[in-house]
Amino acid sequence: MLLFIARRLLWMIPSLAVISVLAFVLIRLPPGDFVTNYIATLAASNEVVDQNTAAELRARFGLDQPMIVQYWKWISGIVFRGDFGFSFEWQQPVGDLIWERMGLTLLLTFSTLLVTWAIALPIGVYSAVKKYSFGDYFATFFSFLGLAIPSFLLALVLMYVAAMYFGQDVGGLFSEQYLTAPWSLAKVWDLMSHIWIAVVILAVSGTASLIRIMRANMLDELGKPYVTTARAKGLSEFRLLVKYPVRLALNPFISTIAWLLPNLVSGSIIVAIVLNLPTAGPLLLQSLMSQDMYLAGAFVLLICALTLVGTLISDVLLALADPRIRLE
Amino acid sequence: MSDTALAAPPARFVVASQWLLMWWAFRRHKLAMAGLIVTAALYIIAAVPGFFAVNDPAKQNARTAFHPPQAIHFLEWTDSALPSLRPYIHPYVLKRDPVSLASIYAEDRGRKIYLSLFAEGYEYSVFGLFTTRTHLFASQDARQPLFPFGADRLGRCVFSRIMQGAQISLTVGLIGVFLSLLIGVVIGGISGYYGGRLDFALQRVVEFVLALPTIPIWLAMAAALPHDWPAALNYFCITLILSLTGWAQLARVVRGRFLSLRTEEFVTAARLDGASEARVIFRHMLPSFASHIIASMTLAIPAMILAETSLSFLGLGLQPPTISWGVLLREAQNIRSIATAPWLFAPGVAVVIAVIALNFLGDGLRDAADPYNK
Repeated sequence: MLLFIARRLLWMIPSLAVISVLAFVLIRLPPGDFVTNYIATLAASNEVVDQNTAAELRARFGLDQPMIVQYWKWISGIVFRGDFGFSFEWQQPVGDLIWERMGLTLLLTFSTLLVTWAIALPIGVYSAVKKYSFGDYFATFFSFLGLAIPSFLLALVLMYVAAMYFGQDVGGLFSEQYLTAPWSLAKVWDLMSHIWIAVVILAVSGTASLIRIMRANMLDELGKPYVTTARAKGLSEFRLLVKYPVRLALNPFISTIAWLLPNLVSGSIIVAIVLNLPTAGPLLLQSLMSQDMYLAGAFVLLICALTLVGTLISDVLLALADPRIRLE
Repeated sequence: MSDTALAAPPARFVVASQWLLMWWAFRRHKLAMAGLIVTAALYIIAAVPGFFAVNDPAKQNARTAFHPPQAIHFLEWTDSALPSLRPYIHPYVLKRDPVSLASIYAEDRGRKIYLSLFAEGYEYSVFGLFTTRTHLFASQDARQPLFPFGADRLGRCVFSRIMQGAQISLTVGLIGVFLSLLIGVVIGGISGYYGGRLDFALQRVVEFVLALPTIPIWLAMAAALPHDWPAALNYFCITLILSLTGWAQLARVVRGRFLSLRTEEFVTAARLDGASEARVIFRHMLPSFASHIIASMTLAIPAMILAETSLSFLGLGLQPPTISWGVLLREAQNIRSIATAPWLFAPGVAVVIAVIALNFLGDGLRDAADPYNK
């Protein structure tokens, strides 16, 4: 097991290296650079920047060097010093900008994951055991609807309902007085009272597909002879379900973490932009728009790394849940 | 499965082709049939959106900004006991609030404007081949426009814009899936057919692409597109971006099928017969999993539609004046405009309907394509 984890961690190194190159190239791909954008913004407010100043700015940010040199500077800073570079737009080190946002993104993702499982597991089992009942049809209907509604649309509709009928503003993760306050119990409580709406929105599509998967898995298992045997032994229906078929049906369920986690991270980006949450999404979008390359690069790199870790976690959990799976 | 069916299958089942059997299986699936009908209707709209539109989707009018949706009354109650079928609308009168100067629309219940089928309206082109003025329906009074779903900030007809947007939004999915199929079948086919070291290398590439989180990559690629590119080029690049991450899933499916078919007797027989490699692949192997691929393609289209909608909604996908459902939803981006005009959500409803219909259709196709499914 340990050997497997070690080998997978080693595999992540070349993957991350390729991802870092990809992220860097992608972000350098647009024509022009931050200075061009910066000059365009200044020109919009009637300030003229002469060629010398532009060249000076480029030299200061290191934008005049070839791409390979720029890449090496960036990646060696991250690997050797944990330094993600300098954000042109914010005039701050990238490291200061991203950690709180990445932390909130992770918190949001994990709360969503827990909520998704807590809802999808019992409903999926119920839906399979009471096949073709009213509850099953209701769950099926809900899951198809949940799959079809884009999460940002759901966010917009909830914002509309909250604003029109409850007179409440649902954007953001904190109330105004806590925005800049240091972390305290009251601030955590405030966060909890704001985060649930984002969690609900994000959980809908994940829950919908997990219900379908759990139901299909359970239906496969329920018809098998061992279930009949267990029933013939006189096991109570509830114990029987939990002990055998649910455990087996959980197997494909766990492997879905591998794609659920990246989906949630990705999905949370769009929802966060709509709800204006202080997570990675809005800042990533803004940095991409203004070609603030080190900031955007750091986000893309970290989100990709999170995805790889998610895949690893799911493989390990899978091996723990099902002894038939051999990792070697 | 009943015993009688097992004992003596009807003669027509014995001689039916695989595709005919699939169609019979598909027909029994009611939700899938409904999905097929809705999908067909949507693609007909996408083919000739101008015919279904009532107003020119690009025409702005300051006097109709945030015009509320008009109810179409189908039955006209006259003095006689039975109503006659003669659709009409009540026109809206624009007034100004004397204090805030905000525009207020009031329904003028005294007047009626009748609608007629196949009426003349604005000129539009069909497939770029010829132009015509005939529309499915229009109001008989050209000065009183009809707004079935209301109007947006610039007074443009939301209904007509949804019809027009169907063209882009629905074809992005089709073309994107087609492109990913092309890449997926070639890569998956090579990987599964030849196996060995090449397979190992290609599988690492596929795993890598699958491990990439799609949305940040899409955002980064879409942000890289210059904003001043012509609409057609921009559209093509967006579909390319969507399919660049979509092909990996299909490549996996195709590879799995190739691996399992490679050792089948009929493939060995074809090879021993001296058939060329291309003939073995395209004539013997491909048909045996074509139905499965069509089903997974159908299920991939809604994902592409949702992706285009999200990208355009964020302002990174298609750019106005191109009309797609995602571009239309940008109008509903801030809470103030949806509070004054909730009908701006209508394009979102169109997205949901299209995605549900395609999902049902894909589910039904997948079940019908599976010969072991009873």
